[in-house]
Amino acid sequence: MPDEDKKRAAHRALVDGVLNGEGRASAEQRARAFGNADISPALDALIGKVATRPAEVTDADFAAAKASGFSEDQLFELVICAAVGQSARLYEAGLAALAEATGSGEAG
Amino acid sequence: MRLDVLNRGYGPGTKVLFALIRVFSGHPVPDAAKLVFYRPGFYGARAKKFTHEAMRGPSAWSVADRELMAAFVSKVNESAFCVGAHTATAGQAYQDAAKVQAVLADLESAPVEDGLRATLRMLGTLTREGTVGAGDMREVLSAGVSPQQVQDALAVCAAFNTTDRLANAFGFELLSPEAFEAGAKYLLKRGYR
Repeated sequence: MPDEDKKRAAHRALVDGVLNGEGRASAEQRARAFGNADISPALDALIGKVATRPAEVTDADFAAAKASGFSEDQLFELVICAAVGQSARLYEAGLAALAEATGSGEAG
Repeated sequence: MRLDVLNRGYGPGTKVLFALIRVFSGHPVPDAAKLVFYRPGFYGARAKKFTHEAMRGPSAWSVADRELMAAFVSKVNESAFCVGAHTATAGQAYQDAAKVQAVLADLESAPVEDGLRATLRMLGTLTREGTVGAGDMREVLSAGVSPQQVQDALAVCAAFNTTDRLANAFGFELLSPEAFEAGAKYLLKRGYR
């Protein structure tokens, strides 16, 4: 397997693991956190910040999520999903721009 | 860290390992290391594999260049822990800490080659704005960077956009300069596996 394919394959395995691997949060909750879309109000501040303004996450964001019934293990998973999701979108955007620039259509 | 499970939720074997690391390194176990030991089947094992592939797998970029990219992306994300860790690692890898500091202070005037500068500029745009265009990529390619190198840089960018977010969200505790240097030595010797 070419080296670059190994990088992409390792990334795909990471994404697949957090979305579909064994976890305490439902697959639907994880998919929403990954996509930073349709997040319940209790999680909205935390997940939105992890995706777009990670330096602004506070203790209060975790406290609000816990107060609405999310366990620490669920929050561990959902925060990771949000981080991996945003990074995956950046990776895809970069590869798509490269494919356009080279006219190869294969990098994306 | 902001979740108690990440501070205390480890099995006996992992606790022994952490104690050994403390004794032999003379420093506390970094939160970045603790995170990948917590329920590794969910995230840690695959994250280590991807990060190692991006940072230490075959590439026309040197390990030092990739560590500099990690530090630079972390600076854009304002992740103090990751900036500290990868500034130290890039500085040791180049054997030139001043060069790394110059890039982080002002990319445009820093003493690096044009291809690396153009690549860092593109990674900064992508990280800051969430997207890049074909025009951004053409600038990188015209500075002499190969498409394969761009792909390799994007893998580094993906790995650190994940780690930076987790460092900030979970609240990784900053280390002393000596502990960051010790961690850097470990990362250059062993990588991310």
